[in-house]
Amino acid sequence: MHYDLVVIGGGPAGLAAAYEAYENGISKVLIIEREKELGGILNQCIHNGFGLHTFKEELTGPEYAERCIDKVMYSTIEVKTDTMVLNIEEKYIHAVNGVDGYMVIKASAIILAMGCRERTRGAIHIPGYRPSGIFTAGAAQRYINMEGYMVGREVVILGSGDIGLIMARRMALEGAKVKAVIELMPYSNGLSRNIVQCLEDYDIPLYLSHTVTDVVGSGRLEKVVVQAVDENRKPILGTEKVFVCDTLLLSVGLIPENELSKNAGLRLDPRTNGLIVDETMQTSEEGIFACGNVLHVHDLVDFVTEEAQNAGRNAALYLNGTSAKAKTVQVLNGNGITYTVPQLINLSKDIKIKLFMRVSRPYYNQEIVVKCKEQVIASFKKKVLLPAEMQNIVLETKQLREIDGNILIALEEAE
Amino acid sequence: MIKKITCTICPIGCKLEVDIEKNTVTGHTCKRGEVYGIAEVTAPTRVITSTVKLEGGIYPVLPVKTNGAIPKHLNFKCMELINQIQVKAPVKMGDIIAENVLDTGVDLVATRSIKKG
Repeated sequence: MHYDLVVIGGGPAGLAAAYEAYENGISKVLIIEREKELGGILNQCIHNGFGLHTFKEELTGPEYAERCIDKVMYSTIEVKTDTMVLNIEEKYIHAVNGVDGYMVIKASAIILAMGCRERTRGAIHIPGYRPSGIFTAGAAQRYINMEGYMVGREVVILGSGDIGLIMARRMALEGAKVKAVIELMPYSNGLSRNIVQCLEDYDIPLYLSHTVTDVVGSGRLEKVVVQAVDENRKPILGTEKVFVCDTLLLSVGLIPENELSKNAGLRLDPRTNGLIVDETMQTSEEGIFACGNVLHVHDLVDFVTEEAQNAGRNAALYLNGTSAKAKTVQVLNGNGITYTVPQLINLSKDIKIKLFMRVSRPYYNQEIVVKCKEQVIASFKKKVLLPAEMQNIVLETKQLREIDGNILIALEEAE
Repeated sequence: MIKKITCTICPIGCKLEVDIEKNTVTGHTCKRGEVYGIAEVTAPTRVITSTVKLEGGIYPVLPVKTNGAIPKHLNFKCMELINQIQVKAPVKMGDIIAENVLDTGVDLVATRSIKKG
């Protein structure tokens, strides 16, 4: 089997990347998806708020997915669902499913769009018993919204990121008693809209600077112990509160899923746990591109679509033999910035580049300053910068043409 | 009476104080925040998303939404209604599952297409 382009992962990133490549003249495209249908995580995100940038209207996750799937279905793009990719060696993809069996697929270009997965109890070392009733928030979301199982009646949620908040509302609407949302940090990592509409609407208390320090239950979860933490995030003795509950949901972060990338020998960025890419979304291997949550965890699917379109367009350019290489500068992060994507910028063309980044804590009245040594290349005033909200700035390659060295992006107090 | 709320229009999340008698807002930093503040304390509305039982589909439930916002105090009444509904596959995205939910003029619609299982 040979394809011009194989896209690994059929979620929003893979769908948009494949379709953009197809639109740019690449006709032999294959999407490989391990689930029984396309759409990825959007299929279980039945709440609304998706698509305000991409479609200029407020959609639910399944609606956003279906629009992306429909475009692919009306094209000549081929799809293999229920198919697991086992390994990537050079441009050969080893995969298996119940119809074709084991297969080796040759691709002239590959786009990686495997998304991310949830951190688990083991990843954050919650001590205590190991009863049933402890779920990652996304697993519970799938059980409730797709499989039709209610996971519990009395619930405590650890982590106040958007998935935790959305699940608090979902459980409350389905008749569960959500007793508390517990957040280790002194601020929530969710959008203020979700704090209001998911917690305040349902009188669910949010405990900031608290964490779960014990889990008790034989068979099913019976209670959790919650403690306040000090500024070093260490539990404070004597602040123990007991919550009787049968369910604990964990919304404690997402990790890009890069086992295939690691085995393929691609370079990863320890700051994002994702792949290192340049402005064309190309990884350290020529002809292998990446986009979406496999690169860095996004908070809006709209940005995933945009990034994936960029990957698809550049994969098409590569396949048509029109991509060029010139001087490359590295993007480094300084004060207040935890990472930037892309990590590399190639100066072969005069183009605009959108740089995505996150800040390390809430900041107010700052400037995002782009520098090479002491020379300021650009700066962007920002009233509010929250870790929950991915930031982006737009640079032009011609601004970088004269510089001598790498660029540093950092926060400075605005005057 | 003064009601304290958080503005949800943008990420800044201004802390608004709405005077219910005088219909005035303080603490906002833009015009949209002022409009939101009044609406949120006088007639708050929400879109409800949930699932209904599905017979004969590839999944046992179908995701649905109200295709407009309904008064917030009807959230749980709307859920009661949703939890009584059962539909049959196949379903098309946008299909009306229940008309004029609780006399709000808003319909309940399917948010995905789903094949027979």
